[in-house]
Formats: sequence, structure tokens, C-alpha cells
Amino acid sequence: MSASTARVGAVIRKELAEFRRNRLIIGTAAVLPVIFLVIPTVSILTVKTSALSAGLAKGIDRSLFLPLIVPVLVPSMMSAYSVVGEREQGTLEPVLTTPVSRAELLIGKAAAIFIPAAALGYLIFGVFVAITQFAAAPAVAAAVRHAPQLPATLIFIPLLAAWAIWVGLAISARVTDTRVAQQLSTLGSLPAAALAALMSFQVIGPTFGLAAALAGGLLAVDCAACLAVARLFDRERLITGATRKGN
Amino acid sequence: MTGRGPVGTGGQAEVSGDSVCGAIEVSRLTKVFAGRTAVSDISFSVAGGEVFGFLGPNGAGKTTTVRILATLISPTAGSATVAGIPIGPDGAAEIRRRIAVMPESPGLYQRLTVTENLEYFARLYGLPRRQDRMAEALAAVGLADRAHDLTGRLSKGLRQRVALARSLLNEPAVMFLDEPTSGLDPVAAHEVHGLIAGLRDRGVTVFLTTHRLAEAERLCDRVAIMNTTLRTIGRPEDLRQQLFAASLDVTVAAALPEPGRVFGTLPAVLGWKPAGPPGGGLAGYALTVSDAGRAAPAVTRALVAAGADVLSIAQSRHTLEDVYLELVGDVREQAR
Repeated sequence: MSASTARVGAVIRKELAEFRRNRLIIGTAAVLPVIFLVIPTVSILTVKTSALSAGLAKGIDRSLFLPLIVPVLVPSMMSAYSVVGEREQGTLEPVLTTPVSRAELLIGKAAAIFIPAAALGYLIFGVFVAITQFAAAPAVAAAVRHAPQLPATLIFIPLLAAWAIWVGLAISARVTDTRVAQQLSTLGSLPAAALAALMSFQVIGPTFGLAAALAGGLLAVDCAACLAVARLFDRERLITGATRKGN
Repeated sequence: MTGRGPVGTGGQAEVSGDSVCGAIEVSRLTKVFAGRTAVSDISFSVAGGEVFGFLGPNGAGKTTTVRILATLISPTAGSATVAGIPIGPDGAAEIRRRIAVMPESPGLYQRLTVTENLEYFARLYGLPRRQDRMAEALAAVGLADRAHDLTGRLSKGLRQRVALARSLLNEPAVMFLDEPTSGLDPVAAHEVHGLIAGLRDRGVTVFLTTHRLAEAERLCDRVAIMNTTLRTIGRPEDLRQQLFAASLDVTVAAALPEPGRVFGTLPAVLGWKPAGPPGGGLAGYALTVSDAGRAAPAVTRALVAAGADVLSIAQSRHTLEDVYLELVGDVREQAR
């Protein structure tokens, strides 16, 4: 898949400009992160230092899980709309008559969602950690600082976002209804959310080695998903809803 | 309708799309969608710089043909070249660089401004001097002063013009216009007609699909009428002559007592029949003639000699719509 950076850049610019002008997207993309910031922050700030060990550990687990949901859910909804939405608006066909390749179009669309989603994930996570360091009891702050999930979360935010984006794009390229795409995409992002939960609640012990192995696996899955989505992105199917097979 | 001329009824051997310097060459193109034939074995050529009308009823395969030629979908059988490049995976990207497609729906990003819409496509085409090209395209469609308006706030006619400006960006050799005046009011449609005429002046080959037969008659050098298969192709004037025998419409003040004796022996008159009564006691006759120029004076003399008060003798004018209805109507009759 060779791609022109100029064309990928054009797609990214266009997508970001559309996001900026769409208050509904900005609104829905902002509400979830705020909720997932407020709940763990309040939760961690209200943990009593006397409830150390088990109680504190559970509170930290819960608090570190919720920020991981943001890079899963937000890009999932946005990517699900990305292709089928353009098709419904009638804007896809003119684009497909230009020299843009499917790889360029898909990478551009994916990057335009990935950038704000990952940024939002890190922002939420950073704000949460900062608040705990400045406002929580010293013992709680230290426990958060030394939580084994902390470095894993940093690695997993972009990888989970990429998973959600490729699943969303794959579904968006195959279905003909935006609502169906968004529902399926949410379902498709559940495995990623489950992985985040298992890590956060330490069902899978987030040792450095395991986190690195899982991250590597997820990276491989993301790359494979990128290639698979490019194959699914068939001009004829997108325009007519029919496959070449049997034509 | 008078007698049928030599135009075939759709057999491919009878329909010739010969032209020189083909900007588009189509050979035995067929497209089948899941057992349903959308386009069947069509062949034609479009010359460089020609405005070519592609007519047919809904579901005739017009848009499918355009999509095949625009490399959006692949044919089931047959071949084609567009701007000298064979359609297919190898040439698709190059064809897309040399053509522009304006679908029936303008397909604009309504939350972006006119300039942002054009800039996106200019970047996708990888155009140099983007700002100049955009300014030229907007000036060509008379929208230079609306460059920073959101497209969602423009009227349908103005959006259609923006879509046309977008199609001009890459200075295409071949432009496909799919129902460009669909849904436009007469004034907006007239403006789009002017823009299409301007494309001809620029030397752009225009492939125009339309339901508006008057539009095709006015704008197109040649037209093809299709209904899954290609029914006929040619200049509108030639099609009229091929399909309809020349005829004269005669109106006299009162019905002739023996019209057979008046018209039956005249040179160049092949046959006659009473036409619908014009009303007011008048009588009308439709004469099939081999040469209207020779027949009209003879008819006039014969009517005067018979003591008829001649009100008018006029050559019948058949429009492209008559041709279209004759061909497409036939198919519907056969389908019943």
C-alpha cells in the first residue's frame, strides 16, 4: 500500500475541519471523557487513607480503568460514521472518482480520528494523575504513582484507539446504515474494552513483560486490521452495494 | 407518428457509434448485478471535444455506464478506453486524473466552505497552483464572491455550480455530467446549460446523461438512446430523419370530398391520412412524402385546383422527444 502523504494530509485536514464544525460530534466526544474524568477523580479523592491496601487498590484499579474507555468508545463512534456517513451524504462518490487510493483515504480517515482520540485519552489520564498528585492524600497519590497499570495505560491508549478505529472503519465500509454501523462498531470495540478491564483490574497482572507482549500483539492486530480494512474498502461495493463476485 | 425509418430496434449490429479521435471508446460493454443485466453489449465512441448526450429512462443503465467509464465499477464483459487509457485496475488512477465526474447529487461537504470543498479536491488531485486553479474554477461558474460561504447555506442551483467548479479543477479531458440540471428551476438550469456550452468552447469532451430531452437537443452534438441495450445513436437531426418519414401537415377550411383523388397521384406523395380535426370546421391531412420540397408546391396546386381553401401547409417537425418516445415506448410495449 503506497500512499501520498499530501493526499493523506488532505483527508486528515478535511476530516478535522468537519469535526470542528459539527457541534454534535464535539459535544458527544466531550461528554464521555468528562464523565470518565470526573467519576474516577471523585472516587480516588474520596478514598480514605485508613482504607489502605485492598480498598485503595480497588479504587485505583477502577480509576485507572475508566480513562482507558475513552480511547475505545470515542473513536469507535466516529469511525463507524466515517465511510457510511459520507455515502449517505453523497460525498463519497465524487471522492472516489479522484486519484486518491483506498489506502490514502483510509489512513487519512483513521489518522484524523486517532489524533484527537489519543490526545483526549492522554489528556484525561494526565489530568486525572495530576489531580491525584496535587489533591489526594499523600498515601493515595503515591499509590497511584506506583500503580503497575500506569505505564501499561500509557502504551495501551493509542493501541486501543487504533483497534477501535479499524473495527469501526471495517464496519463502516461494509454496512449501508449509519445506526447499524455505530451499534456494530460499539460491539466490535468490546474486546478492546475487555482487555483494558482485565489489565486495570489486574486479572491479567500488568507486569512490564506481559504489558509489552500484549502491546506488541495489539500492534500486530492493528496493522493486520489496517490491511484487512483496505481490502474491504472496495469502490464498487461502496458505490453500488454489490460485490464484484458474481457480477 | 408516421412511418418508421431505418433505425433499428436495438440490435447491436444495427447501431453504429462511429466517430473519430475517440475520447471515449466503448466496445461490447456489459454489466450484470447479481443476475440483473444493467447494461448489455453496448458499443459507441465519443470524439474529443464533443458534447455527447446519453439518454434513457430510469434504470436504463446510464449511471452504470458512467460509473464503469469513471472506473468506479468494473464491467462484467467488454472493454472501453477513456482519454486513451483502457479501463481496468492498471489505468484507473490515470483515468481518474484526466476525467471529472459530476454526479446527480452535488456531493459537497455542507459544513465546509466553497473554498474548503474545492481545496480538498485540489489536494486529492495533487494539483500545482491550487489557489489559482480554484479561483479560475470559481470565476468560470460565477461564484468568485461566494468562495467563503458554507455550501450548506447555498441554494441547490449554487451547489450545482460549486460541483461544476470542482469538476473543472483538474482541467479534465473528459467530463461526465449525470443529470446536471435535475431538480433545478428553469433559470438555474439555463445557467448550467450556459456552463456546459462553455465546456464545449474549452474543448472538453462532455458526456451528459439527462432526462431532459430538450436539454440534450439543445446542447449535444450527438445523442445515444439506451434502455439496457443501445437503441440508437447519432445527431438529433439525423435521428429524426432516420426514424420519421418526411411529412406535410395540411389544413383546409373544409373537409375534401375526395381526398384520395387530390393527393393520390401527386409526385413525391407516398401516402395520406386524415389528421386530427383542428376544430372550427377545419379539416387536416397528414401526407407522407419522399421530398417535402417537391411535394409542397404540387399539393398546393392540387388543393387549389380542387377548390379547397388552403389555410396552411407545413412540414412536420419531430422533436428528439418524439424519437425518444418512439424507441423507448416500443420497448415498454414489448415488455407488456
